[in-house]
Amino acid sequence: MNALNVRTLAAWAAGSALVVVFLAGMYALAVAPAARDGLAAGPGGFGLPELLFYLLSAVTLAGAAAVAFVRNILHSAVGLLAALLGAGSLYVLLSADFVAVTQLLVYVGGVLVLVLFAVMLTSRITEVTVSNRSFGLFGGLLLLVAAAPVLVTVALVTPWPAAPPGPLAPSTAAIGDGLLTRWLLPFEVASLILLATLVGAVAIARKELKSDD
Amino acid sequence: MEHAAHALGPVPVTSAGYLWLIPFLPLLGAAVNGLVGWKLQRVLGKRAVHWIAVAAVAASFAVSVCAFVQLLGLPPEARHLQDTLWNLFTAGRLSVDFAFALDPLSMTMVLVITGIGALIHVFSIGYMADEPAYWRFFCYLNLFVFAMLLLVMGDSFAVMFFGWEGVGLASYLLIAFWYQDPEKAAAGMKAFVVNRFGDFGFLLGVLLLFWALGGAWQPRADRPLRPEYRPAAELNAVAGASTRAEALALAPRVEGVAIGPTLSFRELRDQITVEATGVRERLAGATLWGLPVLALVGILLFVGAMGKSAQLPLYVWLPDAMAGPTPVSALIHAATMVTAGVYMVARLGFLFALSPSAMGWVASVGALTAIFAASIGFFQHDIKKVLAYSTVSQLGFMFIGVGVGAYWAGVYHLVTHAFFKATLFLGSGSVILGCHHEQDMRKMGGLARHMPITRWTYLVACVAIAGFPVANGFYSKDEILWKAFTSRHLALFGAPLPWLGPAIYLLGIVAATGTAFYMYRSYYMTFTGTYRGADGHGHGQGHGAGHGHGTPHESPRTVTWVLAALAAGSVLTLLLGLPALWTGSEPLFERWLAPVLAPVAFAHGSHAQEWLFQGLGVAAATAGWLGARALYRDARSPVPAQLRDRFHRAWKVVYHKYYVDELYAWVVLRPAVRLAKVLAWFDAHLLDGLVNLVGGIARLFAAISDVIDRYAVDWAVNAVAGVTAAAGRSLRRVQTGRIQTYLYGALGGALAVVLLNFLLS
Amino acid sequence: MSIPLPHFLVVGALLFALGLVTVATRRNAVGVLMGVELILNGANVNFVAFERYVGGGVSGQVFALFVIVLAAAEAAVGLAIVLAVFQLSRSIDVRQADLLRE
Repeated sequence: MNALNVRTLAAWAAGSALVVVFLAGMYALAVAPAARDGLAAGPGGFGLPELLFYLLSAVTLAGAAAVAFVRNILHSAVGLLAALLGAGSLYVLLSADFVAVTQLLVYVGGVLVLVLFAVMLTSRITEVTVSNRSFGLFGGLLLLVAAAPVLVTVALVTPWPAAPPGPLAPSTAAIGDGLLTRWLLPFEVASLILLATLVGAVAIARKELKSDD
Repeated sequence: MEHAAHALGPVPVTSAGYLWLIPFLPLLGAAVNGLVGWKLQRVLGKRAVHWIAVAAVAASFAVSVCAFVQLLGLPPEARHLQDTLWNLFTAGRLSVDFAFALDPLSMTMVLVITGIGALIHVFSIGYMADEPAYWRFFCYLNLFVFAMLLLVMGDSFAVMFFGWEGVGLASYLLIAFWYQDPEKAAAGMKAFVVNRFGDFGFLLGVLLLFWALGGAWQPRADRPLRPEYRPAAELNAVAGASTRAEALALAPRVEGVAIGPTLSFRELRDQITVEATGVRERLAGATLWGLPVLALVGILLFVGAMGKSAQLPLYVWLPDAMAGPTPVSALIHAATMVTAGVYMVARLGFLFALSPSAMGWVASVGALTAIFAASIGFFQHDIKKVLAYSTVSQLGFMFIGVGVGAYWAGVYHLVTHAFFKATLFLGSGSVILGCHHEQDMRKMGGLARHMPITRWTYLVACVAIAGFPVANGFYSKDEILWKAFTSRHLALFGAPLPWLGPAIYLLGIVAATGTAFYMYRSYYMTFTGTYRGADGHGHGQGHGAGHGHGTPHESPRTVTWVLAALAAGSVLTLLLGLPALWTGSEPLFERWLAPVLAPVAFAHGSHAQEWLFQGLGVAAATAGWLGARALYRDARSPVPAQLRDRFHRAWKVVYHKYYVDELYAWVVLRPAVRLAKVLAWFDAHLLDGLVNLVGGIARLFAAISDVIDRYAVDWAVNAVAGVTAAAGRSLRRVQTGRIQTYLYGALGGALAVVLLNFLLS
Repeated sequence: MSIPLPHFLVVGALLFALGLVTVATRRNAVGVLMGVELILNGANVNFVAFERYVGGGVSGQVFALFVIVLAAAEAAVGLAIVLAVFQLSRSIDVRQADLLRE
């Protein structure tokens, strides 16, 4: 914190206010009744799962927003971390435990680390600020405003043939069975792709030796 | 002496397949000389050229002698040789063949043409020796002989007219032989144009005759037509006749004679002379606008003869035709071409004999011409002009003969005139040659010493033309004048005028006196006295070099031998025409021609009258001779000069040929030239203006088109290019090379599709 | 447990949209790749949610697994490319990689 400028202060204040309001709301709506009535869903249908859902989606979306709008690339990477973690936890809520763990292992543990490495390796130069910053931010917001409502509207309006979900159940066995029977070919092809990726990435990123041709 | 009317029936025909050789050989000679003559002359010399030409005519003469012998072998009523070459055309009942026919009349003409023609060809060898265009001369001479033979040997109007026009052409070519001299070229054109007037009349006459034969102009009222004639149908082409046999099959026949329109002389004669066909009475009854058709036909045909044979008023070309070389004058304008008219009238004698009016006009015009031309001949200085007017005058005599109906006499005068006029012309040619191309008689004189052969032959010919009984001219002229006196049935406007015959005789005898006078004048001026041409330069044709000497000399042998031959002929042919008064029987020539000619009735005259008229003829000749002798012998007498000064105005009129040429120039030529100028103006300004206008409009359209092309079309093309370039320039900017721009594009497109989907469903 | 399906779908949609924005606006090449990860994650959430609420056995989860695998591969290769470009031109600004422009 070199210079306390007004903007930073305002951002911090807004963020804190939002957190406080969120927490207060959560407490009022979920924690207090749960403490009173137990873990089961209350009369409003707002039980712990709903709370968890809203909390986790908030984290995810906040992270995604950070990736999109934050100037510093490193901070964006952290936001990506948050988004990936949040998505993983959402998978748990959706009874996709194997996927959630895979997400954690591969995405957070692999891709994110890779991204961070790349950021580090290429941050020799200073982050070039957007020359036309207003356009950059403005354009992004415009695109968001253009794309998001459409998708959200579709999601909300379409009469999905949704059935009430069954109980939470582990899915690993079923996935394993499926991978080796029904989706055997994609499975093998995926392994080939990984092989190719391995070789290709190394080949591309390797520093060219002057003597080779 | 009466002439028994011969019973004439249809003429039996003998076929002779070689007759075509007679005209063909001169044509061949003309073709060879015309096409390669210049080369032959350069390579082989002039001998090659004249050998070809003379051989051609001589061979033709030989063939005609063969035909003559064959003709003699036939009985007199059957003397008709025919050689049909091919059918020219057939249309309905008319069928015209290209055929030659020889009967005694045409045989005579053929012998005269080829015989005297051959002699004149020989003469030309010597006369034209210095001429560079030697080959062209002989080519044209042969061409003329060919055309003349076609004229006399043709057995139909078609072939005869072909020859008629052909001799006109040959005459033009030969008169204007030295065409670089504008005067001579003009003389040629004058001959051709005046002949054209005559030919127009001739054609009208032929067409009128053809129509009348088809039944036109019959008086409607009383004469019922014979069933053979259906007027309108005859003239229309009857379907299906395309060969001669078919055409003949269509014609009705009476006594073996096919009836209907025809152009063949023999068929026409057969139809008229055989009474049973009824053609004669039909023709006699036909009238056109109140005038009898036969008289009209006769007069129109005679108009053609007027042009070709130089009668009043179409004679003006003949004196100018003397601009041609002398052999040409001798052959064409003395012996043969100008006699074509006489031949034609004799050939169609049976037609003329049906119309006393036509006969009267022919004889009258002949008589007037005879005396008119003789008077002009009195005062001319140019020897050839004298002979030219003499020819016109003698032709007038011939027409008197055929006009009054003494056809054989007219033809006999034709033959005798051919001999002595050829002698005279060739003699004058010899004189001109000897005097270094001098033609003015005032510059001649005393040539008897220098040119004896020429002098004697010329004298013989003068004796002949004057009409002394020692040479042939007397016999023909006497017969003509006697027949003129005894003809009582001549008419001019329909009614017979018994005094017309004697009047014509009177004119004739005066003309005969004049003939003797001016011919002996020319003889005395040329051959007697002393030579007046001491300056030695000729003013003649201007071609070839004079010999540079002042003295005249005799001509080469080719010239003098021909002169001798012709002079001998002038004497010997008198044997053909010895009058019946002397021998008791018909003259040979009359007997020879009788089967072909129409019989005409003459008044009966006693023997004493005949002797008297013969004596009158001789007296007229003697008077003329003595008068000329007194005035012109040795050029001693001052009387001619005194008379000229005394009657100067009259002398001037006659000397200037009665100003007839000037009159024609004023009446005919000036309007024609003015019309030509008007038409030329019309063509140059209006027609050419129209054409130029069209051209200008086209140019205007082209200019407009150019403007449209340059500004509108090119602008449009350039605009398209410009628009394309601008569009490219602006659309290129889509390719930013940045991924994110492309992403925006894709997203935009996807969004649009989604929205569309929403909106449409 | 009674979170209705649309809620999950909305989350997925918003993830997707934010990922789109990132890809579209980021100048840093690595940032663009991060955006791609977000997009894939959004799609994954959709898959799993549909499998839970609509049906299909485990097909949704298997698909999501494959997506994760491929995303990892793609991230690896993409970052390798970025590194190669960085070595070439010393810059990873995507706005400067416009050699294919007009």
